[in-house]
Amino acid sequence: MMDAIDRQLVVATQGGLPLVQHPYQQLAKDIGISSEAVMARLQNMLDSGIIRRIAAVPNHYKLGYRANGMTVWNIPDELVAGAGPMVAEQDYVSHCYQRPRHLPAWPYNLFAMVHGRDRAEAESHYHSIAAMLDGVCDEHQILFSTRILKKSGFRIRAQQQQQENSANV
Amino acid sequence: MPILASMPAMDDIDRNILNQLQRGFPIAEQPYKLAAEQLHIGEDELLQRLQAMLDEGVLTRFGPMFHAEHLGGGLSLVAMAIPEHDFERVAAIVNSFDQVAHNYAREHELNMWFVLATETAPEIDTVIAAIEEKTRYPAYNMPKQQEFFVGLHFEV
Repeated sequence: MMDAIDRQLVVATQGGLPLVQHPYQQLAKDIGISSEAVMARLQNMLDSGIIRRIAAVPNHYKLGYRANGMTVWNIPDELVAGAGPMVAEQDYVSHCYQRPRHLPAWPYNLFAMVHGRDRAEAESHYHSIAAMLDGVCDEHQILFSTRILKKSGFRIRAQQQQQENSANV
Repeated sequence: MPILASMPAMDDIDRNILNQLQRGFPIAEQPYKLAAEQLHIGEDELLQRLQAMLDEGVLTRFGPMFHAEHLGGGLSLVAMAIPEHDFERVAAIVNSFDQVAHNYAREHELNMWFVLATETAPEIDTVIAAIEEKTRYPAYNMPKQQEFFVGLHFEV
């Protein structure tokens, strides 16, 4: 479980790690604990999964991967646990989740975001997944986004303060 | 994935930095120095290049990536089917909620897809009910039930 100091650490780093020679020491100074404590707490949050990893997050679009498609799959519930990891490990897949169906409007229960330089490449990734899931899934679609209607960060509040956080959904 | 001609001005060092630091970053007194040694560049150069890539938007961010659910809040994906003639009105209502983090139009009968991020888990249902009441269309809640691990590594 997170305590108040962990939460302060989240708020202090959700905009990013300081780009200075001793970043954890700087965080320690800001929060008022030792840099050893900062490092130990970050390591604990990594171990417990609160932090996925400390890393560079590239902008796919800027790197030339301009087409993203949300591929969705109707897979028998008992087979999702086997199919999900196979789909997720493809290097063009950035997110892969099981989500609930809403019948009859929405029969799909596995979601995977695929990225390509253009629509054709994203579609070819979609077809590769379809081939991989042949026999397990015969109902699937790819949904391209046509417009961003809103884009803001996730926020968590601390000390009446709101800051950006980029968590994966 | 292949290196793309359309990419912004990036050289081999930038590409090495991106490829390596997507995977992880050390926890140590001087972590940039450690990472720079692995990349065979200086600590100052690494710091400058990371700053430049953030400024240019090549990097969305650099630092800890948090697992939102573990922070105690609610998080979900919600979809709605909105007739074309009413789309803008509904988009304005949905976007007016602070808890709506992203909202995308997609090509499907379910043509509006947004992410809700709330301070507490129960607030998800409250916000969805409020959106349904204000827009007068049903909103389908699709929270994550299971996550499958992705390497999330884009070779550049």
